[in-house]
Order: sequence, then structure tokens, then C-alpha cells
Amino acid sequence: MSQSVIAEPGYTAARERPPSNVAGPWAWARANLFGSWWSTAITLVLGYVILRVAISFIAWAVLHAVWSVPYNAQGVPDTSICLKMQGIGACWAVVADKYRLILFGRYPYAEQWRPALCVVLFISLYVVSAMRRFWRKELALIWVATLVVIGILMWGGVLGLPLVPEDEWGGLPITLILATFGLAFAFPLAILVALGRRSTTLPAVHLLCVLYVELIRGVPLVALLFMASVMFPLFLPEGVNFDNLLRVQIAIILFVAAYVAEVVRAGLQALPKGQAEAADAIGLTYWQKTGFIILPQALRMVIPPLVNTCIGFFKDTSLVLIVGMFDLLMMGKVALSDPPWQSFFNEVYIFLALIYIAFCYAMSRYSRGLERDLGRAQRR
Amino acid sequence: MAEGVQQGARHTMSSTTADPRLANARAAPKRRMRLSWSDPMFRAIVWQVVIVGLVVLVIAYLVGNTNRNLAARHIATGFAFLGRVAGIPIGESLLPYDPSVNTFGRALLIGILNTLRVSVVGIVLATILGTLIGIGRLSRNWLLARLTAFYVETLRDIPVLLQLLFWYTLLHGLPAPRQSLRIGNAVFLSNRGIKLPLLHWETAYDWVALAFLAGAVATWFWNRHARQRQEATGTRPAVWPVAVGLLLVLPLAVWAALGAPFDPDLPVLRGFNFQGGGTISPEYFALLMGLVIYTAAYIAEIVRAGIQAVAAGQWEAAGALGLHRGLVLRKIVLPQALRVIIPPLTSQYLNLTKNSSLAVAIGYQDVVSIANTTLNQTGQAVEGIAYIMVVYLTISLSISAFMNWYNKRVALVER
Repeated sequence: MSQSVIAEPGYTAARERPPSNVAGPWAWARANLFGSWWSTAITLVLGYVILRVAISFIAWAVLHAVWSVPYNAQGVPDTSICLKMQGIGACWAVVADKYRLILFGRYPYAEQWRPALCVVLFISLYVVSAMRRFWRKELALIWVATLVVIGILMWGGVLGLPLVPEDEWGGLPITLILATFGLAFAFPLAILVALGRRSTTLPAVHLLCVLYVELIRGVPLVALLFMASVMFPLFLPEGVNFDNLLRVQIAIILFVAAYVAEVVRAGLQALPKGQAEAADAIGLTYWQKTGFIILPQALRMVIPPLVNTCIGFFKDTSLVLIVGMFDLLMMGKVALSDPPWQSFFNEVYIFLALIYIAFCYAMSRYSRGLERDLGRAQRR
Repeated sequence: MAEGVQQGARHTMSSTTADPRLANARAAPKRRMRLSWSDPMFRAIVWQVVIVGLVVLVIAYLVGNTNRNLAARHIATGFAFLGRVAGIPIGESLLPYDPSVNTFGRALLIGILNTLRVSVVGIVLATILGTLIGIGRLSRNWLLARLTAFYVETLRDIPVLLQLLFWYTLLHGLPAPRQSLRIGNAVFLSNRGIKLPLLHWETAYDWVALAFLAGAVATWFWNRHARQRQEATGTRPAVWPVAVGLLLVLPLAVWAALGAPFDPDLPVLRGFNFQGGGTISPEYFALLMGLVIYTAAYIAEIVRAGIQAVAAGQWEAAGALGLHRGLVLRKIVLPQALRVIIPPLTSQYLNLTKNSSLAVAIGYQDVVSIANTTLNQTGQAVEGIAYIMVVYLTISLSISAFMNWYNKRVALVER
């Protein structure tokens, strides 16, 4: 590099570097931190506050933290060290003591490898679905197969696995089951509803779909969950009863479908009319036109907003604790109800928040990257 | 009419005999529907009859089951229970309420008011905080931009219910009234909530309020006059000194003229609790904090996207005219950004209102909480759920109607 520079007359290596007030860390700080009086003031005040908060947080969470506590002969933890350090150092011992309960609920202790394996399966399913190489019809088969395997693992009763009834399930698997099964069943329903809402030749179906979507979107999920737990037993004939998990799952499916239907409808609307007209012109039937021409393009367009919807209702699954389901958040509350650990809610809530953030942040990063890539393809 | 002609055209084209050129003739004969599966009109009707019939059948089946179940449990349907004495204790309410006298109807009404109280205040605060953070994310100051980005990225990813529980537990972990945190001798923060001083209302204050109102009207007229002058002459008379005079000095002068009565109602610690003053309960405060902090993260993103949607040329052109950055933002960019901001903002307002139903998890008595207690006590499940649905649908539709009206006002008028 320097050789080519020397080869040119009049050029020296010293002139190649820009002056330090144009580039380099000092110039960067002048432009971005001390650009004006106003900016300088903001930088100084914020910098001071951030430093103070960060230092005290690190002192609390790491330096003065209590990582484990002694147990007495009955296995009851002795939290006196933690109580002494309260407000000075975090008591991570509560997470160390309770993480199995928080993650897997009351699932039999010896069998907890099964929900753990399910969590791994769920995450692999998400990763596979996120890869564009797998965006084809076979993906639906992968979903069906994985969900069946997860069902077998959780329930057991076959292949030598002992049966575990649903009321012993809890923690992260419940959250993932509600979110994943919710999406899997809501998606086909949402497509039908979106198509129905777009239909011009079937006014009665159009009206039904509008009513369904607007009714569901107009009421909070909590109301639907109450409806599922209070009204469902009334809806069913005498003697037939669903358990709580299934009732709540149905409520979530109906809820998610209304929101996903709106996202899909946006995609259908964004597709140029010429696509449908061309399909009509070559004589395709309605279902051929929809299945081969419209949906593949429309769905591809709405994947980023779809992922955002998924983030939203992944968090919304935590609402099921209001109707007494033992999801991740509820297990955190259960862990905190244990007398020795009652006052260490900060630590448990931070642990739970980190789990939720890990899932949601991954999804939102993915959605943003995807938006960029798809946008690049469209600009071409 | 035009549509009917077009439709006629499509149908005639699909049959083999008609000439497509004739289809555009005004008096194109209306084609009769054939009772055959190959006729699209016939198919459409059959499909609709089948689908609507199925839905009606399912609903009839569910309603039949419900009626049988209710009869078996000896629950009479109907809203007669609204007139019965409720007996539900309600912690905080905007209306006078006594559980041993007042009815379920009044309890449910208080639920609606409590929901509106938290939603309206929440919407206002979330809009202010969200706008500030959204603008902060676009700041040239790197530290401010990163900090607001961090706020948005983390708080959006934590379920709002978890945040509510956190604030609620935190507020309940505050010291007891005797050891409460205090600001002077007026504001106390304890596990009983926040105690604030109030003012004993006196007749003089009526006149002060009236003076403020008159000042506000006069300020509005002065502003209009200033605008007219600006449009006529190009110079704008100063507005803010007049506004300060009319809105601040005038009421203060009236207050002083009436002898400056000032008698604050300070909260005082008596025994184990406070007496006097106003209270913000921990439940209300936790709910409000959780909703505002969570929704503000979303509103910040909407504001940022809206501002970024305004073309860079607008900033540059305004800068070329010599306007400084704050003025450009206020006068040029924000009015244009509002057009992009308002539709998604509406759905955030709706979300905040619907999320206020999470109050039931921390014991703030809103619509859902009181309806749930009512249906547990009376067994009127159908009516209770119907009440929740009707209330939220009404609130949602009102907010959308208002925001649609506002959106039309700020929308681009195309010539």
C-alpha cells in the first residue's frame, strides 16, 4: 500500500492520514458527545448517572452477591446471610435453589429430562423454521412431527415412559406449548379468516369474518381467558369436560388467529391485483389461484410483521397465570411463596425477565434482519 | 349500478355465447342463475348457506348446552342481579360506595370508572414519555441515543404482567408508614401508597379557576390574532408573554386580591397510618407505572419511525431557511410525522386500555376484577362475561372513532 503511494509523486504517508479533528476517536467524541453546549451537558449528566447506576448494579449483582446458602438437616435453606446482605448484594442462591421448579414446575423430578428435551426441541423447531432454506411445504410436516414427539414426551404413557398428567406440567414448557401450539393452530384458521374477509363474492362469509376479528381484537385476552375458564364448562354437554390447559389453549388460538388474520390480510392487500387477474386468465380455480399464486407471495411479504406478532403473544402467554395456569411467570411466583425466599423477588424477576428477553430479542433481531434482506431483494 | 354492469359483464364473458362487446351495452340482459355447480353465482350461494348454516348450528348447540347447564345449576339468566346488594368491598372508587348498601350495578359502574381512570392517565403519560424517548433515540448525542435504544429494546421484551408484578412487589416492599420515605413534610412514600397534600377548596378558588379559564380563552384569541397579523404583515406579535400574563399572573392576582387564602390538607401520621391528604394506592400506582413504562417503549418506536419517514429534504430545507433544530422538529417535521404516527398510535392506546385489565393480577379493582368477583358470587357467568365484552368493545370503538377523527384532521389535504 505504501509502495503505491510512494510511487506517486507529491504524496507522502503523513498526508494520507486525515487530521485528528476530522477522524479518529477524538473527533468522533467531539461530533457525537460534545457537539454543542446542550449536547455536552446531556453527556455529562447522563454519563454520571449511568456510571453511578452501573457501578452500584455491578456491586449488587456480582461483587456482593450471595451465590449459595447452607442447608440444614431437613434441607431447609438458611437464608440469614442473604437477609443480612439485602439491599447490598443480590441473593442468587434463590435462583440456584429454585431454577428446576421455575423451569419445569411440578413435573416429577426424576422425569424432568423430558420437559428439558421438549424445550430443546421447541427451540430447534424455531431455528429450523427461521432458516429460509426450509421455507417450503415440508416445513409443515416437520412441525407436525415435532409437535407429536413433544406431546409423547410430555404425556408419556407409551414407550416405557411413565404417564404424567397435565396438572403436573409447569414452567417454561407450558409457556412454549401455549405459544407454539397457539401459532400452529391459529395460522391455518387465520389464513381462512383473512381470505374470507377479502372475499367479495361471499358477503355473508365476509361479514362473519369481520365480526370475528373485530370482536376478538376489541376485548382483552384476560376476558377471553376468563371466558375459557368460566363459560367453557357451560358450553359443553353434561359430563364432558376439558382440562384447564386445553381450554386456555383454545382461547389463545382464537385470540392469536384474529391478530394473525389481520397481518395476513395486509399481505393479501399489498399483492398487486395483476397476480390474481393473471391467475384467473390462465383458468386456475379459486383454490389453485390462492394456493399457488396468492398465498406464497403474500405470506412471504408478511413474515417480518408476523414475527413481531409472535413476539407479542409469546409475552402474552404469561397472562394465563390469571386463570391459574402454571406457566413460567406463575412458577416464579410459586418459588417466591416459599417462606425462606419470600423477600428475594428482585432476583427471581430478573431471572424470569432474562428468559423472556432471550426469546423475544432473538425473534426481534431475526425479524429485523429478515426485513432488511427481503427489502434488498425487492429493491433489485 | 356500475358494479352491477361490470358483474354482468364478467358473467356473460364466462358463458360461451355472448359477445363481450355487447356486455358494455347499458341494457345488457341480466343473466339468470342456473342451478348448476358450474355457475359461480350458484356456487357462491351454496357455500354461504353451508358456512353460515354450520356457524349457526354450532352456536345453537353451545347455547342449548348453556341453557341446559344453567337450568341444572338453578341459575336464572338475566340482569336482575344488578339490583341486589353487592357486598363486595372496593378499595378505591370515584363514587361514594358502601358494600352493605350499594348494588352490583353500582359496583360494576365503579369498575368502569376505575378502568377509565387508569387508561386515560396512562395514555397521556405514555404518550409524553414515549415521544420524549422516541426523539431521544434520534438525538445526535450518542449517549442519549444508546440509552433510549436500550430502554426500548429491554422493556419491550419483558411481559407487561411481569413488570406489573415487579412494581407491585416493589411498592409493597417499601417501609411502613412510620419509616416512610418523605419529601419535606408533604409527600410520603410507604407501603400504603403515596400520600400527597390536598387543598381545602374555598370559594375564592372558584374565582381563581374562573380567571384561569378567562385567561385561556383570551390567550386563544390573542394567538389567533397573532396568526392573522403574521399572515397579513409577515411579522408575528409575541405570544408567550401575553400567555404567561393571562394564564399565570391574572389568576394569581385574583387570588391575592381575595386575601390569598391557603390552607393545605397535609397528610399526618397518626398511629399506624396517615390521616388527611390524598392517596395514590400502591395498586393504582403499580398498574400505572407498568402500563406507562411498557407502552412508552412501543410509542417511542412509532414516533421514531414517524420522524424518520419524513424526507431528509424537509430538514435540510428548513435548515436552509435558518430555523434551528428544535423549531424544525416542532414546526416542520412533527406535523408531517403525525400522519404516519397516528394509526399505529391508536392501536397502542387500545393495547394500553386492554392491558389495564391485568389489574386483576395485582388487586386493582377494574372492570374485569369486579366482574370476576360478581360472577363468582352470583354465578351469573354469561352476564358477567357479556358485561366485560360490551365495556371493552365500547371503549375500543370510542378510542378508534376519536383517533380516526383526529387522523382525518391531520391527514394530508391533497389538492
